[in-house]
Amino acid sequence: MSGKPVSGITPSQTVGPYFKYGLTPGTDYRWNDAFGNNLATPDAVGERIRIEGQVFDGDGKPVVDSMLEIWQADGQGRFADQTQGTLANTAFRGFGRVGTDASGAFAFDTVKPGQVPDPDGKLQAPHILLAVFARGMTMQTYSRIYFVGQAANATDPVLALVPSERRNTLMATKQGAAYRFDVHLQGERETVFFDL
Amino acid sequence: MTLVYPRESNSIHAPRLSPAYKSTTKRAPQKPLVIMRHTLSELTGPAYGHEAVRENDHDLTIQHDGEPLGERIIVHGYVKDEDGRGVANTLVEVWQANACGRYIHAVDQHPAPLDPNFTGAGRCKSDDKGYFRFVTIKPGAYPWGNHHNAWRPAHIHFSVFGHSFVSRLVTQMYFPNDPLFAFDPIYNSIPDENVRKRMVSSFDLDNTKPDWALCYRFDIVLRGRNATPMESK
Ligand SMILES: [Fe+2]
Repeated sequence: MSGKPVSGITPSQTVGPYFKYGLTPGTDYRWNDAFGNNLATPDAVGERIRIEGQVFDGDGKPVVDSMLEIWQADGQGRFADQTQGTLANTAFRGFGRVGTDASGAFAFDTVKPGQVPDPDGKLQAPHILLAVFARGMTMQTYSRIYFVGQAANATDPVLALVPSERRNTLMATKQGAAYRFDVHLQGERETVFFDL
Repeated sequence: MTLVYPRESNSIHAPRLSPAYKSTTKRAPQKPLVIMRHTLSELTGPAYGHEAVRENDHDLTIQHDGEPLGERIIVHGYVKDEDGRGVANTLVEVWQANACGRYIHAVDQHPAPLDPNFTGAGRCKSDDKGYFRFVTIKPGAYPWGNHHNAWRPAHIHFSVFGHSFVSRLVTQMYFPNDPLFAFDPIYNSIPDENVRKRMVSSFDLDNTKPDWALCYRFDIVLRGRNATPMESK
Protein backbone atom coordinates (compact mmCIF):
# COMPACT_ATOMS: atom_id res chain seq x y z
CA MET A 1 0.00 0.00 0.00
CA SER A 2 3.01 2.33 -0.15
CA GLY A 3 2.83 2.24 -3.93
CA LYS A 4 0.26 4.99 -4.43
CA PRO A 5 1.43 7.51 -7.02
CA VAL A 6 2.80 10.75 -5.63
CA SER A 7 1.17 13.81 -7.12
CA GLY A 8 2.91 16.73 -5.47
CA ILE A 9 3.57 17.96 -1.99
CA THR A 10 0.98 18.32 0.73
CA PRO A 11 -0.04 21.95 1.17
CA SER A 12 0.66 23.78 4.41
CA GLN A 13 -2.11 25.02 6.66
CA THR A 14 -1.83 27.47 9.51
CA VAL A 15 -0.64 26.16 12.86
CA GLY A 16 -3.72 27.95 14.25
CA PRO A 17 -4.26 29.37 17.73
CA TYR A 18 -4.41 26.10 19.66
CA PHE A 19 -1.08 24.34 19.10
CA LYS A 20 0.32 24.99 22.56
CA TYR A 21 -0.95 21.91 24.37
CA GLY A 22 0.39 19.68 21.60
CA LEU A 23 3.63 21.34 20.47
CA THR A 24 4.79 23.58 23.33
CA PRO A 25 2.89 22.39 26.42
CA GLY A 26 5.58 23.11 28.99
CA THR A 27 3.99 22.35 32.34
CA ASP A 28 0.60 23.86 31.46
CA TYR A 29 -0.97 20.76 29.96
CA ARG A 30 -0.94 17.03 30.48
CA TRP A 31 1.54 16.43 27.70
CA ASN A 32 5.30 16.73 27.48
CA ASP A 33 7.58 18.84 25.31
CA ALA A 34 9.35 17.00 22.52
CA PHE A 35 11.63 20.02 22.13
CA GLY A 36 12.52 22.98 24.26
CA ASN A 37 14.28 26.30 23.98
CA ASN A 38 17.50 25.26 25.68
CA LEU A 39 19.86 23.76 23.11
CA ALA A 40 23.05 24.21 25.13
CA THR A 41 23.77 20.68 26.28
CA PRO A 42 26.60 20.60 28.85
CA ASP A 43 28.97 19.13 26.26
CA ALA A 44 28.04 21.44 23.36
CA VAL A 45 30.97 23.17 21.72
CA GLY A 46 30.71 26.95 21.54
CA GLU A 47 30.14 30.16 23.42
CA ARG A 48 26.94 30.03 25.52
CA ILE A 49 24.46 32.65 24.38
CA ARG A 50 20.89 33.63 25.11
CA ILE A 51 18.69 35.13 22.41
CA GLU A 52 15.61 37.05 23.53
CA GLY A 53 12.99 38.80 21.47
CA GLN A 54 9.37 39.48 20.72
CA VAL A 55 7.18 38.86 17.71
CA PHE A 56 5.05 41.76 16.42
CA ASP A 57 2.21 41.95 13.89
CA GLY A 58 1.40 44.68 11.37
CA ASP A 59 -0.15 46.88 14.05
CA GLY A 60 2.97 46.56 16.20
CA LYS A 61 1.04 44.38 18.62
CA PRO A 62 2.82 41.45 20.24
CA VAL A 63 1.94 38.11 18.67
CA VAL A 64 1.08 35.96 21.65
CA ASP A 65 0.31 32.77 19.74
CA SER A 66 3.29 32.15 17.52
CA MET A 67 5.83 29.34 17.58
CA LEU A 68 9.48 29.74 16.69
CA GLU A 69 11.83 26.98 15.67
CA ILE A 70 15.58 27.30 15.17
CA TRP A 71 18.16 25.09 13.49
CA GLN A 72 21.88 25.67 13.74
CA ALA A 73 25.39 24.28 13.73
CA ASP A 74 27.49 24.03 16.86
CA GLY A 75 30.42 26.28 17.70
CA GLN A 76 32.60 24.44 15.21
CA GLY A 77 30.11 24.73 12.36
CA ARG A 78 28.94 21.13 12.60
CA PHE A 79 25.32 20.07 12.15
CA ALA A 80 23.92 17.14 14.09
CA ASP A 81 23.84 14.00 12.01
CA GLN A 82 20.56 13.14 10.27
CA THR A 83 20.48 9.53 11.35
CA GLN A 84 22.01 9.77 14.80
CA GLY A 85 20.37 13.05 15.81
CA THR A 86 23.57 14.26 17.39
CA LEU A 87 27.28 14.48 16.66
CA ALA A 88 29.61 11.70 17.64
CA ASN A 89 31.15 13.56 20.57
CA THR A 90 28.30 15.74 21.85
CA ALA A 91 24.61 15.57 22.68
CA PHE A 92 24.08 18.90 20.91
CA ARG A 93 21.21 18.64 18.42
CA GLY A 94 20.93 22.17 17.12
CA PHE A 95 17.15 22.30 17.09
CA GLY A 96 14.93 24.36 19.37
CA ARG A 97 11.27 25.25 19.64
CA VAL A 98 9.43 27.80 21.75
CA GLY A 99 6.00 29.44 21.86
CA THR A 100 5.64 33.16 22.44
CA ASP A 101 4.17 34.19 25.80
CA ALA A 102 1.48 36.72 26.75
CA SER A 103 3.79 39.58 25.75
CA GLY A 104 4.84 37.96 22.47
CA ALA A 105 8.23 37.20 23.98
CA PHE A 106 10.50 34.23 23.44
CA ALA A 107 14.04 33.16 24.36
CA PHE A 108 16.54 30.52 23.32
CA ASP A 109 19.58 29.36 25.24
CA THR A 110 22.13 27.94 22.87
CA VAL A 111 25.70 28.21 21.63
CA LYS A 112 26.96 30.68 19.09
CA PRO A 113 27.22 28.75 15.81
CA GLY A 114 30.45 28.44 13.88
CA GLN A 115 30.76 29.10 10.16
CA VAL A 116 29.29 26.75 7.59
CA PRO A 117 29.94 26.82 3.85
CA ASP A 118 27.68 28.02 1.05
CA PRO A 119 27.23 25.84 -2.08
CA ASP A 120 30.50 27.19 -3.53
CA GLY A 121 32.42 26.31 -0.40
CA LYS A 122 32.64 29.91 0.73
CA LEU A 123 32.17 30.31 4.48
CA GLN A 124 29.01 32.03 5.62
CA ALA A 125 28.91 34.26 8.67
CA PRO A 126 27.62 32.60 11.85
CA HIS A 127 23.85 32.37 11.63
CA ILE A 128 20.85 30.47 12.99
CA LEU A 129 17.90 29.48 10.82
CA LEU A 130 14.54 30.61 12.13
CA ALA A 131 11.05 29.43 11.21
CA VAL A 132 8.06 31.40 12.45
CA PHE A 133 4.61 29.78 12.67
CA ALA A 134 1.43 31.51 13.82
CA ARG A 135 -2.29 31.78 13.55
CA GLY A 136 -2.82 34.02 10.54
CA MET A 137 0.23 32.60 8.77
CA THR A 138 -0.71 30.09 6.08
CA MET A 139 2.73 28.53 6.38
CA GLN A 140 5.97 29.15 8.25
CA THR A 141 8.22 31.98 7.17
CA TYR A 142 11.97 31.54 7.30
CA SER A 143 14.52 34.04 8.49
CA ARG A 144 18.11 34.00 9.72
CA ILE A 145 19.58 35.29 12.94
CA TYR A 146 23.02 36.83 12.40
CA PHE A 147 25.17 38.46 15.09
CA VAL A 148 25.95 42.16 15.00
CA GLY A 149 29.61 43.13 14.79
CA GLN A 150 30.87 39.88 13.22
CA ALA A 151 33.59 40.60 10.69
CA ALA A 152 32.29 37.72 8.53
CA ASN A 153 28.97 39.52 8.03
CA ALA A 154 30.65 41.80 5.52
CA THR A 155 31.36 38.92 3.14
CA ASP A 156 28.37 36.68 3.86
CA PRO A 157 26.85 35.60 0.52
CA VAL A 158 23.28 35.52 1.84
CA LEU A 159 23.42 38.91 3.56
CA ALA A 160 24.76 40.24 0.27
CA LEU A 161 21.40 39.40 -1.34
CA VAL A 162 19.52 41.52 1.19
CA PRO A 163 19.01 45.24 0.48
CA SER A 164 21.54 46.97 2.74
CA GLU A 165 18.91 49.09 4.50
CA ARG A 166 17.10 45.93 5.64
CA ARG A 167 20.10 43.89 6.80
CA ASN A 168 19.81 45.18 10.35
CA THR A 169 16.51 43.28 10.72
CA LEU A 170 18.60 40.08 10.62
CA MET A 171 21.09 41.16 13.30
CA ALA A 172 20.86 39.98 16.88
CA THR A 173 22.18 42.88 18.95
CA LYS A 174 23.91 42.61 22.31
CA GLN A 175 21.68 43.77 25.13
CA GLY A 176 23.24 43.16 28.50
CA ALA A 177 24.22 39.53 28.76
CA ALA A 178 21.81 38.43 26.03
CA TYR A 179 21.29 38.98 22.35
CA ARG A 180 18.11 40.70 21.23
CA PHE A 181 16.28 39.60 18.08
CA ASP A 182 12.75 40.86 17.42
CA VAL A 183 10.56 39.55 14.63
CA HIS A 184 8.34 42.07 12.82
CA LEU A 185 5.91 40.25 10.55
CA GLN A 186 5.00 43.49 8.77
CA GLY A 187 5.64 47.21 8.81
CA GLU A 188 8.56 49.56 8.42
CA ARG A 189 10.85 47.27 10.36
CA GLU A 190 9.55 44.08 8.72
CA THR A 191 12.07 41.30 9.26
CA VAL A 192 13.71 39.97 6.12
CA PHE A 193 12.17 36.61 5.26
CA PHE A 194 13.64 34.20 2.77
CA ASP A 195 11.92 32.29 0.00
CA LEU A 196 13.36 28.84 0.60
CA MET B 1 21.06 10.03 -0.99
CA THR B 2 21.40 13.68 -1.95
CA LEU B 3 18.15 15.55 -2.15
CA VAL B 4 17.24 18.84 -3.74
CA TYR B 5 14.30 21.02 -2.81
CA PRO B 6 12.93 22.70 -5.92
CA ARG B 7 11.42 26.07 -5.13
CA GLU B 8 8.60 25.43 -7.63
CA SER B 9 7.19 22.76 -5.33
CA ASN B 10 6.13 25.57 -2.98
CA SER B 11 3.87 27.14 -5.61
CA ILE B 12 0.91 25.02 -4.49
CA HIS B 13 0.75 26.62 -1.04
CA ALA B 14 -1.75 29.26 0.01
CA PRO B 15 -0.76 32.87 -0.61
CA ARG B 16 0.61 34.24 2.65
CA LEU B 17 -1.93 37.02 2.34
CA SER B 18 -5.29 35.25 2.03
CA PRO B 19 -7.74 38.03 2.93
CA ALA B 20 -10.74 35.71 3.39
CA TYR B 21 -8.75 34.29 6.32
CA LYS B 22 -8.76 37.61 8.12
CA SER B 23 -5.85 37.30 10.50
CA THR B 24 -3.45 36.91 7.56
CA THR B 25 -3.87 40.64 6.84
CA LYS B 26 -1.76 41.69 9.84
CA ARG B 27 0.59 38.73 9.85
CA ALA B 28 1.57 38.00 6.25
CA PRO B 29 4.92 39.55 5.30
CA GLN B 30 4.36 42.44 2.88
CA LYS B 31 7.84 42.91 1.49
CA PRO B 32 9.10 40.46 -1.12
CA LEU B 33 10.80 37.38 0.30
CA VAL B 34 14.49 37.21 -0.53
CA ILE B 35 15.37 34.35 -2.86
CA MET B 36 18.61 32.54 -2.04
CA ARG B 37 20.37 29.31 -2.83
CA HIS B 38 19.96 26.57 -0.28
CA THR B 39 23.13 26.12 1.76
CA LEU B 40 24.11 23.39 4.18
CA SER B 41 22.00 25.18 6.81
CA GLU B 42 18.82 24.75 4.77
CA LEU B 43 19.67 21.31 3.43
CA THR B 44 20.13 19.72 6.83
CA GLY B 45 17.48 19.41 9.48
CA PRO B 46 16.68 18.21 12.92
CA ALA B 47 16.98 14.47 13.22
CA TYR B 48 14.58 13.57 15.90
CA GLY B 49 16.13 12.00 18.95
CA HIS B 50 13.27 9.52 19.46
CA GLU B 51 13.40 9.57 23.22
CA ALA B 52 10.41 11.87 23.67
CA VAL B 53 8.08 9.43 21.89
CA ARG B 54 6.69 7.13 24.52
CA GLU B 55 5.15 3.77 23.78
CA ASN B 56 1.51 4.87 23.73
CA ASP B 57 1.86 8.45 22.51
CA HIS B 58 0.26 7.45 19.19
CA ASP B 59 -2.97 6.41 20.93
CA LEU B 60 -4.95 9.45 22.06
CA THR B 61 -7.68 7.25 23.55
CA ILE B 62 -5.62 5.72 26.35
CA GLN B 63 -3.90 8.74 27.89
CA HIS B 64 -6.35 9.01 30.79
CA ASP B 65 -8.08 6.81 33.34
CA GLY B 66 -11.18 6.36 31.20
CA GLU B 67 -11.97 6.28 27.50
CA PRO B 68 -12.83 9.52 25.71
CA LEU B 69 -16.32 9.99 24.27
CA GLY B 70 -16.80 10.08 20.53
CA GLU B 71 -16.18 7.99 17.47
CA ARG B 72 -12.93 6.02 17.80
CA ILE B 73 -10.89 6.14 14.59
CA ILE B 74 -7.57 4.95 13.20
CA VAL B 75 -5.59 7.47 11.14
CA HIS B 76 -2.66 6.09 9.24
CA GLY B 77 -0.52 6.64 6.18
CA TYR B 78 2.95 7.30 4.87
CA VAL B 79 5.25 10.28 5.02
CA LYS B 80 6.87 10.45 1.59
CA ASP B 81 9.22 12.68 -0.34
CA GLU B 82 8.47 14.09 -3.78
CA ASP B 83 9.79 10.95 -5.44
CA GLY B 84 7.35 8.81 -3.49
CA ARG B 85 9.95 7.31 -1.17
CA GLY B 86 8.97 6.83 2.43
CA VAL B 87 10.55 9.24 4.89
CA ALA B 88 11.82 6.97 7.65
CA ASN B 89 12.09 7.76 11.35
CA THR B 90 10.59 11.20 11.14
CA LEU B 91 8.56 12.75 13.92
CA VAL B 92 4.83 13.14 13.31
CA GLU B 93 2.95 15.26 15.84
CA VAL B 94 -0.83 15.76 15.98
CA TRP B 95 -3.25 17.87 17.98
CA GLN B 96 -7.00 18.18 17.67
CA ALA B 97 -10.33 19.14 19.21
CA ASN B 98 -12.41 16.55 21.04
CA ALA B 99 -15.55 14.92 19.64
CA CYS B 100 -17.57 18.02 20.56
CA GLY B 101 -15.26 20.39 18.72
CA ARG B 102 -13.63 21.75 21.87
CA TYR B 103 -9.88 22.13 22.35
CA ILE B 104 -8.33 21.71 25.75
CA HIS B 105 -6.37 24.91 25.02
CA ALA B 106 -7.07 27.61 27.65
CA VAL B 107 -8.01 30.17 24.99
CA ASP B 108 -10.74 28.01 23.43
CA GLN B 109 -14.07 29.23 24.85
CA HIS B 110 -16.41 27.35 22.52
CA PRO B 111 -19.34 26.39 24.76
CA ALA B 112 -19.01 22.67 24.18
CA PRO B 113 -17.88 20.28 26.89
CA LEU B 114 -14.31 19.32 27.56
CA ASP B 115 -13.72 15.60 27.91
CA PRO B 116 -11.78 14.71 31.07
CA ASN B 117 -10.48 11.65 29.24
CA PHE B 118 -9.14 13.44 26.20
CA THR B 119 -6.17 15.78 25.80
CA GLY B 120 -6.01 15.65 22.01
CA ALA B 121 -2.22 15.53 21.57
CA GLY B 122 -0.25 12.68 20.08
CA ARG B 123 3.02 11.86 18.40
CA CYS B 124 4.83 9.01 16.77
CA LYS B 125 7.86 8.29 14.66
CA SER B 126 7.40 6.98 11.13
CA ASP B 127 8.89 3.51 10.65
CA ASP B 128 11.62 2.60 8.19
CA LYS B 129 9.13 2.82 5.30
CA GLY B 130 7.66 6.14 6.42
CA TYR B 131 4.52 4.56 7.85
CA PHE B 132 2.72 6.13 10.81
CA ARG B 133 -0.47 5.24 12.69
CA PHE B 134 -2.60 7.00 15.28
CA VAL B 135 -5.66 5.92 17.23
CA THR B 136 -7.90 8.80 18.24
CA ILE B 137 -11.43 10.20 18.34
CA LYS B 138 -13.02 11.88 15.34
CA PRO B 139 -12.86 15.61 16.13
CA GLY B 140 -15.97 17.76 15.93
CA ALA B 141 -16.47 20.89 13.83
CA TYR B 142 -16.12 24.13 15.78
CA PRO B 143 -17.08 27.78 15.33
CA TRP B 144 -14.52 30.55 14.99
CA GLY B 145 -14.66 34.31 14.78
CA ASN B 146 -13.47 34.87 11.23
CA HIS B 147 -16.88 35.88 9.88
CA HIS B 148 -20.56 35.42 10.66
CA ASN B 149 -21.44 31.77 11.27
CA ALA B 150 -17.91 30.56 10.53
CA TRP B 151 -17.24 26.89 11.29
CA ARG B 152 -14.08 24.90 10.74
CA PRO B 153 -14.55 21.53 9.04
CA ALA B 154 -13.44 18.69 11.31
CA HIS B 155 -9.66 18.39 11.13
CA ILE B 156 -6.56 17.04 12.83
CA HIS B 157 -3.49 19.30 12.95
CA PHE B 158 -0.28 17.61 11.75
CA SER B 159 3.35 18.66 12.19
CA VAL B 160 6.05 16.76 10.27
CA PHE B 161 9.81 17.22 9.87
CA GLY B 162 11.30 15.30 6.95
CA HIS B 163 14.87 15.43 5.67
CA SER B 164 15.70 19.09 6.06
CA PHE B 165 14.63 22.34 7.65
CA VAL B 166 12.94 23.33 4.38
CA SER B 167 10.87 20.14 4.24
CA ARG B 168 9.20 21.13 7.52
CA LEU B 169 5.42 20.97 7.18
CA VAL B 170 2.53 21.96 9.41
CA THR B 171 -0.85 21.14 7.91
CA GLN B 172 -4.37 19.95 8.69
CA MET B 173 -5.98 16.65 7.78
CA TYR B 174 -9.67 16.72 6.87
CA PHE B 175 -12.34 14.05 6.54
CA PRO B 176 -14.05 13.06 3.27
CA ASN B 177 -17.19 14.86 2.09
CA ASP B 178 -17.32 17.48 4.80
CA PRO B 179 -20.19 19.90 4.02
CA LEU B 180 -18.16 22.76 5.52
CA PHE B 181 -15.38 22.64 2.91
CA ALA B 182 -17.09 25.15 0.63
CA PHE B 183 -17.30 27.73 3.41
CA ASP B 184 -13.90 27.45 5.08
CA PRO B 185 -11.36 30.19 4.20
CA ILE B 186 -8.46 28.18 5.63
CA TYR B 187 -9.18 25.08 3.53
CA ASN B 188 -9.85 27.29 0.51
CA SER B 189 -6.71 29.36 1.00
CA ILE B 190 -5.07 26.71 -1.20
CA PRO B 191 -5.87 28.03 -4.70
CA ASP B 192 -6.03 24.74 -6.62
CA GLU B 193 -8.98 22.49 -5.83
CA ASN B 194 -7.05 19.33 -6.68
CA VAL B 195 -4.23 20.36 -4.38
CA ARG B 196 -6.73 21.07 -1.60
CA LYS B 197 -7.96 17.49 -1.85
CA ARG B 198 -4.50 16.26 -0.83
CA MET B 199 -5.41 17.37 2.69
CA VAL B 200 -8.55 15.21 2.74
CA SER B 201 -8.08 11.74 4.13
CA SER B 202 -9.81 8.81 2.48
CA PHE B 203 -12.03 6.30 4.20
CA ASP B 204 -10.11 3.01 4.42
CA LEU B 205 -12.47 0.06 4.76
CA ASP B 206 -9.67 -2.49 4.36
CA ASN B 207 -8.01 -1.25 7.51
CA THR B 208 -11.18 -0.51 9.44
CA LYS B 209 -11.15 -2.78 12.46
CA PRO B 210 -14.40 -4.78 12.74
CA ASP B 211 -16.41 -4.02 15.86
CA TRP B 212 -13.83 -1.43 16.93
CA ALA B 213 -12.92 1.59 14.78
CA LEU B 214 -13.23 3.18 11.34
CA CYS B 215 -9.98 3.86 9.54
CA TYR B 216 -8.85 6.88 7.52
CA ARG B 217 -5.81 6.99 5.25
CA PHE B 218 -3.70 10.16 5.03
CA ASP B 219 -0.44 10.31 3.10
CA ILE B 220 1.83 13.30 3.54
CA VAL B 221 4.24 14.36 0.80
CA LEU B 222 7.15 16.55 1.86
CA ARG B 223 9.59 18.54 -0.25
CA GLY B 224 12.74 16.80 -1.36
CA ARG B 225 13.60 14.83 -4.45
CA ASN B 226 16.55 12.92 -5.75
CA ALA B 227 19.33 15.13 -7.01
CA THR B 228 19.98 14.08 -10.59
CA PRO B 229 21.89 16.37 -12.95
CA MET B 230 18.67 17.19 -14.80
CA GLU B 231 16.67 18.08 -11.77
CA SER B 232 19.29 20.08 -9.96
CA LYS B 233 19.47 22.70 -12.72
FE1 LIG C 1 -8.01 23.50 14.62
